[in-house]
Amino acid sequence: MQFHKYDVIIIGAGGAGMRAAIESGQRARTAVLTKLYPTRSHTGAAQGGMCAALANVEEDNWEWHTFDTIKGGDYLVDQDAAEIMAKEAIDAVLDLEKMGLPFNRTPEGKIDQRRFGGHTRNHGEAAVRRACYAADRTGHMILQTLYQNCVKHGIEFFNEFYVLDICLTETENGPVCTGAVAYELATGEIHVFQAKSVVFATGGFGKVFKTTSNAHTLTGDGMGIVFRKGLPLEDMEFYQFHPTGLAGLGILLTEGARGEGAILRNASGERFMERYAPTIKDLAPRDIVARSMALEVLEGRGAGPNKDYVLLDCTHLGAEVLETKLPDITEFARTYLAVDPVVEPVPVYPTAHYAMGGIPTNIHGEVLRDNDNVVPGLYAAGECACVSVHGANRLGTNSLLDINVFGRRAGIAAAEYANSRESHVDLPENPAASVEAQVALALSEHGQERVADIRTELQATMDANASVYRTEDTLKTALHDVQTLKERYAHISVQDKGKRFNTDLLEAVELGFLLELAEVLVHGALARKESRGGHAREDYPNRDDTNFMRHSMFYKQGDGLSADIRMDYKPVTFTRYKPMERKY
Amino acid sequence: MTATAETTAGSRGAQPPVPDGAVTVTVKIRRFNPEFDDEPRWDSFDIPALPSDRVLNLLHHIKWYVDGTLTFRRSCAHGICGSDAMRINGVNRLACKVLLKDLLQKGDKQTTITIEPIKGLPVHKDLLVDMEPFFEAFRAVKPYLVTYGNEPTRERIQSVADRERFDDTTKCILCACCTTSCPVYWTEGSYFGPAAIVNAHRFIFDSRDEGAEERLDILNDIDGVWRCRTTFNCTDACPRGIQVTKAIQEVKRALLFKRV
Ligand SMILES: Cc1cc2nc3c(=O)[nH]c(=O)nc-3n(C[C@H](O)[C@H](O)[C@H](O)COP(=O)(O)OP(=O)(O)OC[C@H]3O[C@@H](n4cnc5c(N)ncnc54)[C@H](O)[C@@H]3O)c2cc1C
Ligand code: SF4
Ligand code: SF4
Ligand code: FES
Repeated sequence: MQFHKYDVIIIGAGGAGMRAAIESGQRARTAVLTKLYPTRSHTGAAQGGMCAALANVEEDNWEWHTFDTIKGGDYLVDQDAAEIMAKEAIDAVLDLEKMGLPFNRTPEGKIDQRRFGGHTRNHGEAAVRRACYAADRTGHMILQTLYQNCVKHGIEFFNEFYVLDICLTETENGPVCTGAVAYELATGEIHVFQAKSVVFATGGFGKVFKTTSNAHTLTGDGMGIVFRKGLPLEDMEFYQFHPTGLAGLGILLTEGARGEGAILRNASGERFMERYAPTIKDLAPRDIVARSMALEVLEGRGAGPNKDYVLLDCTHLGAEVLETKLPDITEFARTYLAVDPVVEPVPVYPTAHYAMGGIPTNIHGEVLRDNDNVVPGLYAAGECACVSVHGANRLGTNSLLDINVFGRRAGIAAAEYANSRESHVDLPENPAASVEAQVALALSEHGQERVADIRTELQATMDANASVYRTEDTLKTALHDVQTLKERYAHISVQDKGKRFNTDLLEAVELGFLLELAEVLVHGALARKESRGGHAREDYPNRDDTNFMRHSMFYKQGDGLSADIRMDYKPVTFTRYKPMERKY
Repeated sequence: MTATAETTAGSRGAQPPVPDGAVTVTVKIRRFNPEFDDEPRWDSFDIPALPSDRVLNLLHHIKWYVDGTLTFRRSCAHGICGSDAMRINGVNRLACKVLLKDLLQKGDKQTTITIEPIKGLPVHKDLLVDMEPFFEAFRAVKPYLVTYGNEPTRERIQSVADRERFDDTTKCILCACCTTSCPVYWTEGSYFGPAAIVNAHRFIFDSRDEGAEERLDILNDIDGVWRCRTTFNCTDACPRGIQVTKAIQEVKRALLFKRV
């Protein structure tokens, strides 16, 4: 076991983690622990853009952006947080530009902006051009720019370090975070990092689903670790399905395509979104478009030999627009489906994309231990966190924004907290014990179950039973399946027993987190007997503000993988917007 | 020890059902785990695969159902994270961007696909190499915007044409396909390699940047751009379609004529 001591450690080197590191690293002794090389993080996959009411190309203001975010989230958004995000968006984009991000430019040389789903002028009148972008590589440019600036500031990275636990020390005022425990991929060694502040920025958990835009490595480790510590997760039933994944594959085609004018059509060529969202049509928020597509297919209007997808028609945009503004997705369609978007429509279907829920935090990124109290020294930002600025459905471009605004805030808060503490709080006794035990157990001979089988079955049941449309029956099936898989997980076998780069072992550990989070998701979806944003219950098709205008909070009740989940609720913060029916 | 045992198909138990339309292919992989092996060896796996599969799917099939010790990096699975550069049939490619259908033999002959780690970086285990020397070269060229004086309150203005000037080199995902296909890099590891130069180019030709001179000084070094012998291997290898050799030529020209 090795021991390290820092003021601040940041777990994760995607957009949120590196944005936090740039702030923290200039204020306090900071280390970033990441299971991937920073530039491999999935922020790099983001395509379409990052919204800010710069008003570079048409009238816009942050208040409209706030409203769109709240309405887009079906009023489950904490309105104070949404307001902060929309206000700080402008500086967040300008900061990135100053760090060197190569945004696309207007003819006057300003940052160009394009349309995106749910972003409107004057509270819903028409689509507005608010998304700042760099072709369809906005996330790539953000990730590269942030990494470049980490290099510039000499930020210290521990690459390919898998954090598997955090250290909480009990004090008379409750638990305080005092560090984290990591497994070093190269050597199999366990490292204990003592710190005054710890920031989680570990991203999403799309791999609970089969069809997903998420990377193999998005397994929800951070959320899983926090949950296992008995700390809450929030709003986990709200998972976003992005309308336009390449059919059968899940690889994303950005909403920016529709922002540039692409149109969704069913088998007969009808522009069906005109029926579901007469005002903004194809640029309705994702939950609405995804459900409309699923309905078209369910009602027999799907395209293709099995009528199981719809078509994204970009042909009228012309080769020039596709090659210059949407070059990567044009290539994805050509490479992976052998379809050329310039001349033919692309088969698409909703793909599991984004976790609205996560580790509950306040607007400073401090992690909550219940509805009212924080865990001193523990922070979270980015997709693993739930502030909540996305409520029941995130608007496109608001995540790249979230990671920059709240990544920055968490980095500053973590460093300032560390600097305000004279000394480190003692670590709990035997901080590495549970990780050592977990690794030893996984490597021991205790069964013949294959990790890949359990994962495949998990993903299959989640796709079939807990995706765009849900019912009591499908969710009960999913719950039963997940619980059975958890039992089988107790008998997994890891074939690689070595210490060096044992990715076989880590896939097994990651599956444990996936199982944990899948159960929480399904549990929450069963309890929420209404339809709101990304959570659509066929048996409860309406939003029920009387009973469910509140956040869900989930607490693990014991140590074992199959321990019970306790549910609680947290009020939504309202400032100036009253819930209205959501029409577009 | 399992890791050194002869690999036999099916050693992880029953195989998953074979999908309709699958063909059997032989995947021949260069294996080496310094923890247990004295020297590298070749392992061959006969596995079912669909023509639409990516080579990454085949590697996953082997790891998940046949031999869990097979080790490689991967994350995004669609060519944007740069994790899975490897030598596939002798050329550097991302495993997630090569489809089996493009490798299949004509006629009835069974296809063999050969996979090795990228060359020029120390092998840590199987297809996974030490990326540190690669990133060190990247960090050495000041790969970040350098500016002096006060920052403007709004964004810096940049014309569409000025933005276009360095567009090609902004696409780099640091996968190392180029650098590890470069014959000069193979023989003289101290050479910065094409990827570092590509990333220097990205800033040298950015109209907002004021660090061109510092960077050009670095690249003028004995291990800098002059080592390049314009063989175009790097350009052929780049999965992002970056005109790598052209970028290097432009940096050379900037050095010769002292202007960008
Ligand atoms: C294909 C795609 C396109 C998208 N397009 C857009 C868009 O156009 N606009 C928009 O706003 N949003 C978009 N999103 C969403 C957005 O990109 C993500 O939500 C966001 O980038 C997440 O950033 P992050 O920093 O929270 O996490 P990530 O970038 O996923 O980073 C997670 C980090 O955590 C580390 N990590 C994880 N587990 C551990 C562990 N156990 N130990 C140590 N480190 C760990 C990883 O190494 C990684 O560095 C898109 C998402 C996808 C998938
Ligand atoms: S063109 Fe230059 S950098 Fe590229 S492979 Fe040839 S020698 Fe190496
Ligand atoms: S230039 Fe191309 S091949 Fe080289 S590291 Fe960048 S993306 Fe990879
Ligand atoms: S896995 Fe990301 S580039 Fe291949």
